Amino acid sequence: MWTWFFQLASPPHFYRMAGSLVPWLLWPALLLILIGSWGGLVLAPADYQQGEGYRIIYVHVPSSYLSMMVYVTMAVAAGIGLIWRIKLAHAVAASCAPVGATFTAAALITGMLWGKPMWGTYWQWEPRLTSELILLFLYFGYMSLRSAFNDLNQSDRASAVLALAGVVNVPIIHFSVVWWAGLHQGPSISKIDAPSIAFEMLWPLLVMILGFTLFFLGVLAMRVRGEVLEREFHARWAQDVLRGANRVEAAG
Amino acid sequence: MNLGLGQLFWVVLQRDLMVAMRRWSDICNPVVFFVLVVSLFPLALSPRAEFLRALAPGVLWIAALLAALLSLNQLFRADIEDGTMEQMLTLPYPLGLVILAKTLAHWLVTGLPVVAVAPMLAITYHLPADAIGVLLLSLLIGTPTLSLLGSIGAALTAGLRQSGVLLALMVGPLMLPVLMLGARATDIALGGDDPTGPLYLLGALLALALSLAPPAAAVAIRISAD
Amino acid sequence: MARRRDGGSGSAELLTGTGLTLWRGANCLFEQLSFSAAPGGALLIRGPNGSGKTTLLRVIAGLTRAEEGEVQWNGAAILGRDESGRHIMAYCGHATALKPDLTTAENLRFFARLSGYPTGRLTELLAATGLTACAGLPARVLSAGQKRRAALARVLMSGAPLWLLDEPQTNLDAAGREFLARMLQEHLAGSGTAVIVAHQSIDLGTAPVTVLQMGEAA
Repeated sequence: MWTWFFQLASPPHFYRMAGSLVPWLLWPALLLILIGSWGGLVLAPADYQQGEGYRIIYVHVPSSYLSMMVYVTMAVAAGIGLIWRIKLAHAVAASCAPVGATFTAAALITGMLWGKPMWGTYWQWEPRLTSELILLFLYFGYMSLRSAFNDLNQSDRASAVLALAGVVNVPIIHFSVVWWAGLHQGPSISKIDAPSIAFEMLWPLLVMILGFTLFFLGVLAMRVRGEVLEREFHARWAQDVLRGANRVEAAG
Repeated sequence: MNLGLGQLFWVVLQRDLMVAMRRWSDICNPVVFFVLVVSLFPLALSPRAEFLRALAPGVLWIAALLAALLSLNQLFRADIEDGTMEQMLTLPYPLGLVILAKTLAHWLVTGLPVVAVAPMLAITYHLPADAIGVLLLSLLIGTPTLSLLGSIGAALTAGLRQSGVLLALMVGPLMLPVLMLGARATDIALGGDDPTGPLYLLGALLALALSLAPPAAAVAIRISAD
Repeated sequence: MARRRDGGSGSAELLTGTGLTLWRGANCLFEQLSFSAAPGGALLIRGPNGSGKTTLLRVIAGLTRAEEGEVQWNGAAILGRDESGRHIMAYCGHATALKPDLTTAENLRFFARLSGYPTGRLTELLAATGLTACAGLPARVLSAGQKRRAALARVLMSGAPLWLLDEPQTNLDAAGREFLARMLQEHLAGSGTAVIVAHQSIDLGTAPVTVLQMGEAA
């Protein structure tokens, strides 16, 4: 089990394996997102309260789900890198941050667009959007700390500590925001009533979530490959890869 | 080990307080900044009593948070630069305890003065006496939590040259629950309700920060001193 | 990359480093570096600027982690203390660990308390290091050489068996260098161990000396 693990964590092996994995993640992701969009935008009926406007959940909910999931993935990878000193784990954490921040921004923007027809305003200080905003700050803090160091090794370990401190805080922040919002406007209107949601509305959502997750994993694999190549720049295998790439470019 | 853990804590605390006492500006700056921020609001908005009263809990808490953020930058910086931290790392003592002592010393010279002048400023915002009591209590429980959370960020950025804004960006979001609970407790008291709930939660956050922040900051200091 | 050259005897080896490797970015500071120093012996680290001497000393002190390899003290991974909690090493880097606003005596008293040195003997120590005149002065007005002397006083107070000194002669005058040589000779004669990064030669008397030659700057 451990030998397998360390073999996987060896950069050249990972580079090859992730490379062959990328199409197996991205093509199904595209397919699922297309099916989900068709199901959500065409097949699902209009909501009796919100009309057609609710359909933005098919982008909003997967984005907001992934914004949290990516943060947790990042923190777990950072923790593994810090404790077991596995460089690949640090590369994964580093690659997660911009992707997660993008999903968070997408969740915020779609949330605001949805807010316009629902509340009559783009922004409402309600718990979900507020938490999402704070999460965006956490991502920015992580990324700017990462870029502040000259030494990569130091940068990896320092940002790992921050990611772990952040992940301990995320539930606390979420809980306080819910409590704070509850004081101000009473129980907020839940956007999706989970039990009562119609099956025709639900299945495209689940398909979209799955599609977005595969998309994230595919993008992550691509980013980690680039990150590993940059970090191992001086190693022979990386030089071989780069020389190969140059040859292809020269040929094309 | 030549010293018991309690003695170690006391020796480090005493030395940091002594160093701080030799530099009065380090003690005065955060408090003066706190007073300045609080006095900006009536000038920028409106000096009407009932308006200021409604504003007071939020403004005082935001100013306390900003004062904490600004002062934190110096928490470990000098020790990293002058080599004291290298000594602490090679001495046979638990680093977490050293950091706790240093954080306490830092709070005593920067946080406590802020807490002490807060009631006076609350009076200028026409806050009633019982709300001032709750404000004082919430700051007394909340600002040490801010210092502890900040110690992690200060430890991470202690080796970096320009880190003021970065530090604020990193630990600011982590401090938000303390801000929300503290300001809300005061607000609830202002409305005549019972604020014990959020005060207990503030206490819980302090306990959590006391147990988790020093070890995390110790790991961070080792990275920064590398 | 560093090569090892043996100069002394290798009896019961107390301090050992095995297979130490450290990269800084794409630069290899040292690879598969091994060394050892016996009690009563000194290890001199030499080499041009940028060859990783200070970094190696920091690795031994546990301040920087090597990517591979381990530094051992009495057969166990080196930490700040041994099983009985005794203070093992006195590290003296480029920075002197003096607070500019405290007096020399106050600065040293702090470390005396931390390392269990009787504070009553501080006056004696200040006299020995030639710092009596500046005992009451804030450390910020001290000359660089006086600060270095204060740092050496801290090493003497530690009572640690292993001294890690990074260019200890820097800024010292002739008398200071002589004092340093004498204190090192006494330390080694009392079966202490010292690892010294040095450009100039230090007279270590009859103590066995191993020279670790670090390579060209990468």
